[in-house]
Amino acid sequence: MSENKINLTLKVWRQKGQKDDGQFKEYHANDISTDASFLEMLDAVNEELISKGDDPIAFDHDCREGICGSCGFMIDGNAHGPQKSTTVCQLHMRHFKNGDSVTLEPWRASSFPVIKDLMVDRTAFDRIIRSGGYISVNTGNAQDGNALPIPKQDADEAFNAATCIGCGACVASCKNASAALFTSAKISHLGLLPQGQVEKDKRALRMVEQMDAEGFGACTSTGTCSASCPKDISLINIAKMNKDFLKASLTKKPEAHAGDGV
Amino acid sequence: MIKFISSSVGKKYLMGLSGLVWAGFIFVHMLGNMTILISPDLYNAYGHAIVSNKPLLFATEAALLGALFVHVICAVLLTKGNQEARKSRYAATPNGAKAPAFASQWMAVHGSIILIFIISHLLTFKYGNYYETTVNGVNMRDLARLIYENFQLPQVVGWYVISLILLGFHLTHGVRSIFQSFGLLHPAYQPVIQKLGVVYAVVVAGGFISQPIFVFFAKSLGS
Repeated sequence: MSENKINLTLKVWRQKGQKDDGQFKEYHANDISTDASFLEMLDAVNEELISKGDDPIAFDHDCREGICGSCGFMIDGNAHGPQKSTTVCQLHMRHFKNGDSVTLEPWRASSFPVIKDLMVDRTAFDRIIRSGGYISVNTGNAQDGNALPIPKQDADEAFNAATCIGCGACVASCKNASAALFTSAKISHLGLLPQGQVEKDKRALRMVEQMDAEGFGACTSTGTCSASCPKDISLINIAKMNKDFLKASLTKKPEAHAGDGV
Repeated sequence: MIKFISSSVGKKYLMGLSGLVWAGFIFVHMLGNMTILISPDLYNAYGHAIVSNKPLLFATEAALLGALFVHVICAVLLTKGNQEARKSRYAATPNGAKAPAFASQWMAVHGSIILIFIISHLLTFKYGNYYETTVNGVNMRDLARLIYENFQLPQVVGWYVISLILLGFHLTHGVRSIFQSFGLLHPAYQPVIQKLGVVYAVVVAGGFISQPIFVFFAKSLGS
């Protein structure tokens, strides 16, 4: 494949810190290989900024393989860029044309405050996970993998939900900044498996409660979350979360005390 | 239970449930009103039969008023929370594969217009001029005359058509979303549910719109 070079104009959101006002600044990315990834293009721009003594554009990234969930920002209003089922690190410059002007913005949500430039604080997701995204297991030797029979369909469905990498694109693209897709993927993932049954009700109640407490909006089922999700997490998970939440709310038992039976 | 209602998911259940009451009502309302296309007398007789059954009328009105109240209160609370969750807007708006559905973006806007429509609709007809007529020897309200009077005016017909189109948009999103909010979405039924919302909206809005249009062109009573 012959390598092509393109030139781009970038409009990038620059913000020094959480408390500062941000603004757009224009940069030129010249001689960018179409084989480069979007982040490699930003690396080249940053190299130039550093050599001039300017502050490089801050963005989150880690594995650059589309599996860690670190990267992500808005490209022309699309979370992770225009290509479907892709994280921004796996988006390649061949999808852009020479002379294109591209706008880069951080995830915008009240629950995701900007740390710097294109980096946002996503610890709200960690607190949702901490509230119920776990199972109880006995320590000791690892169990035989097939000791617990799980229907193939349930295993597949749980696995599909588990592919959520927690990047935050769902929140970023939702007009309500709702975290329903993320939270529901985590609830489904564990709730579909036998290992997750012990905490199933408590999990649905606590994770929804934490999601609301973090200040995320409600789901209007616009479907933008699923459309921009790099892992194609389905809206059906939200329906499942709602069902689990209703069931848990209706059947919640009061705490048992010694002597209750007398 | 208070925790359930105060949660975002709980409020969505209430939105769906109260919306379902109205979605069911307007279908019956649309079908019943189709009698105006057949004859004014039949329409008046149909209306008289409804208002004669006081307990049923009262129960239906109470259910509708209650559902409307819940729907509006939840909508206001949810919209307020949603706006707080996303205070800053993006400079660029997406198009293509990652763009949101049209109807879902404007639920609060067309919802508000529909609320104004419901109030004005009640003032025009239910609490409008009282005419009397006799059908088969029974004295009853001549609502058909009031309808013919109002739908002679192009501005009234225009307002009805616009409001009903908005109602249709509201329904496409609402009917489909009920299944999601209630946790009834299932991979096997999802494509059917998507279409159901659109079909339901077209049938209800289209049926309603046919009535003022018919009356407008039918010129005068008895023609």
